[in-house]
Amino acid sequence: METNKKKLSAAAIYRKYGIFLILVALFIISALINSNFLKPQNLMNILRQISVVTIIACAETMLIVSGMIDLSAGLVCTLSMCLTAGVLAATGNVLLAAGAGIATGMAAGWFNGFLVTRYSLPPFIATLAMTNIAKGIVQIYTNGQTIGGVESLRWLGQGTVLGIPVPVWLMLIVVAVVAVLMRRTTLGLHIYSIGGNEKATIASGISVKRKKRLIFTISGLLIGLAGVLLTSRLMAGMPNVGAGYEFDAITAAVVGGTSFLGGIGTVTGTLIGSVIVGLINNILNLLGVSTQYQLIMKGVLIAGAVIIDLKTKSNKQNA
Amino acid sequence: MAVHDGDIVLQNIRKEFPGVVALDGVTLTLRPGHVLGLLGENGAGKSTLMKILSGTYTSYEGKILFHGEELHFKGEKDALEKGISIVAQELNPIPELSIAENVFLGREPKNGIFLDKKRMLKDTEALMKELRLDFNPSTKMRDLSVAQKQMVEIIKAISRHSSVIIFDEPTSALTSIETEYLFSQIERLKQQGIALVFISHKLDEVFRICDSVAVLRDGKFIGACDINEVTENELITMMVGREVADIYPPTEPASEEEVLRVENLCSQGVFEGISFTLHKGEILGFAGMMGAGRSEVMRSLFGLDSSDGGKIMLNGTSLRIKNTKDAINAGIAMVTEDRGAYGLVGVRSIAENIALPSADMFAKGGWLQKKKLDPAVDAICQRLRVRAPNAATQVGTLSGGNQQKVVLAKWLVRNVQVLIMDEPTRGIDVGAKQEIYRFIAELAKNGMAVILVSSELSEVLSMSHKLMVMAEGKIVGSAMRDEIDQDGIMKMIIEGGKRHGNE
Repeated sequence: METNKKKLSAAAIYRKYGIFLILVALFIISALINSNFLKPQNLMNILRQISVVTIIACAETMLIVSGMIDLSAGLVCTLSMCLTAGVLAATGNVLLAAGAGIATGMAAGWFNGFLVTRYSLPPFIATLAMTNIAKGIVQIYTNGQTIGGVESLRWLGQGTVLGIPVPVWLMLIVVAVVAVLMRRTTLGLHIYSIGGNEKATIASGISVKRKKRLIFTISGLLIGLAGVLLTSRLMAGMPNVGAGYEFDAITAAVVGGTSFLGGIGTVTGTLIGSVIVGLINNILNLLGVSTQYQLIMKGVLIAGAVIIDLKTKSNKQNA
Repeated sequence: MAVHDGDIVLQNIRKEFPGVVALDGVTLTLRPGHVLGLLGENGAGKSTLMKILSGTYTSYEGKILFHGEELHFKGEKDALEKGISIVAQELNPIPELSIAENVFLGREPKNGIFLDKKRMLKDTEALMKELRLDFNPSTKMRDLSVAQKQMVEIIKAISRHSSVIIFDEPTSALTSIETEYLFSQIERLKQQGIALVFISHKLDEVFRICDSVAVLRDGKFIGACDINEVTENELITMMVGREVADIYPPTEPASEEEVLRVENLCSQGVFEGISFTLHKGEILGFAGMMGAGRSEVMRSLFGLDSSDGGKIMLNGTSLRIKNTKDAINAGIAMVTEDRGAYGLVGVRSIAENIALPSADMFAKGGWLQKKKLDPAVDAICQRLRVRAPNAATQVGTLSGGNQQKVVLAKWLVRNVQVLIMDEPTRGIDVGAKQEIYRFIAELAKNGMAVILVSSELSEVLSMSHKLMVMAEGKIVGSAMRDEIDQDGIMKMIIEGGKRHGNE
């Protein structure tokens, strides 16, 4: 290839390493202002707390990169959690219960994809509809009551392997698998190209509709898995937990450098984004700042991340 | 050039982007009632210069002088208000708004707190009359053709009493008749004492419409002179920096072996009765006006659009093309007219774009095989002389010519039998154009069958073995290259259109 050495733009460097540098800076600042921060117990807590949302965030990353979104992730996660708890309480079979939870997520994801590809509904609308459907089913199924009797899931939510909590392992495995999927497989190539330019992807002989259904279904699988994990973390199926997780997940993806314009983003970035959010929440907790302020902080973070996204983008086009 | 009173002078303009000098020491003189042609290859800095003049970039070195005073625009709005209008290459009107609403966008006449729609419509109508446009000013923008949208941009500029209007490649999407009309409007603007800047790759147009020219190359000012002091070849040499031989390469004769046969292909209301044959090593040109249905025929051959009937035979066997996958698997590839929309995924890398249609070659069981992909990408990029830092470079950051080469590379890594190229040199500078022509000739020589759709008559005439002429969705004539000239093609188009109209 004829090389025409061009500037290594600041924007490109930021896109590659910026988010990681911010994480390191935050880590150092946190360690300096509060002595409890560095305790292994506290650090593990942060990771454990973000595990469910990070898994959902992996699903959102796949979707946002391919130019779509899932607003129903939170309630589908709730539904998966309640069904897992319900099946476990009824049968006592852990595998069956987990299978039910995961299958629920996949079914919801497939149906979202069906609405988007068969009827050309914008993902925003299709998944908004799914949010309400899932919410309704949760209410009918649980009658608004918490479902207990899930003792046999304790290990998944509370256990540790090699000193690291099982939910953290699960989160890291999901991130690794999705990272490989997005980087090394043709589906990954198509996820990026559909989000980058759908028409050009169609013109390259790829059946975009089928891919979109597949992407939604895989995302659904992850959301269902997050639901199972949530059951084990809460040791119950709680109909009022899960709503809003979709926004936390989207926040993690966006802070982690996933572009809302599609075609750009990685799950490792999303993981870092999620850790950043978890870290900020943690340090504010340690400092005794109330959750209301934490919410404001999160809002600022989202806006800031998108501003940087747009800025680095426009720089690129002008240069 | 001596500076007159009333001239706008850009003096010693320099603009840097992080790590790259986009402009250096550029001096231009814009004169009321004059058309200044601004020439240069893609990436020469023309657009950057015009973005400085129109207020998009506010930080730069050098001065803009007007009546001896320095102008420094605070932004695009400021520049507009001070009389600098730009008719961009890619127009982006708001499709759901009417002509009048677009013209007055951002400075709508008001009646108290309400929009004064009546006045808006009346004022727009008056302006349109001046340009002899008989359109209802409440027509929505999306119902207009590119040429008509351009006219709306001109009306916008006039309604702002602009003293400078910049045309950035205004004819790249126009048919020759529309171009004539545009030129007559430019003449009128000249007479009204407006200073005009005309950016174009088409030298014949520059010679027709411009009073003087200025040439940029790699961000540097190469020279400026009156149009009658310079020849076409001299200008090309100034732009490219070296002597350019005849831009069209010679082509080898085609073989007799038939590759593609299309019989009676039709699509209701778009095109009908399309029949032709394509041979191994042949370059078959499709000439015609924009909207003649050429692109639509090609899009259905490639499976992007559907057709209602007809027969497509490839190597003697009948072929059904339902989607692009069918076409690609059969060995038909298409370089589409709109590179940005259908050709490339701008935010992704060169390698990814090349891999996209070829999962069958570069993946096994769904896993991408970098070991196969990387060398193939390097080889094809080298062969097509893609200029880029490396294969991981975002395609969107490349120049138009290099982007087009990546589109070509994407298809040429495959074993393509029929390559359809729709306006392959649109918006590409002279140097890259010449390279693309050379590739086309070389591909044909190696046995590929090529369909070349182009609105540039000299291009189809010089490159094709045989020409098909389309008008109104029908093939209205065909001829071997040496049997016909530009006038002959125009005659076919006009007569074919009439015949069709009288039916």
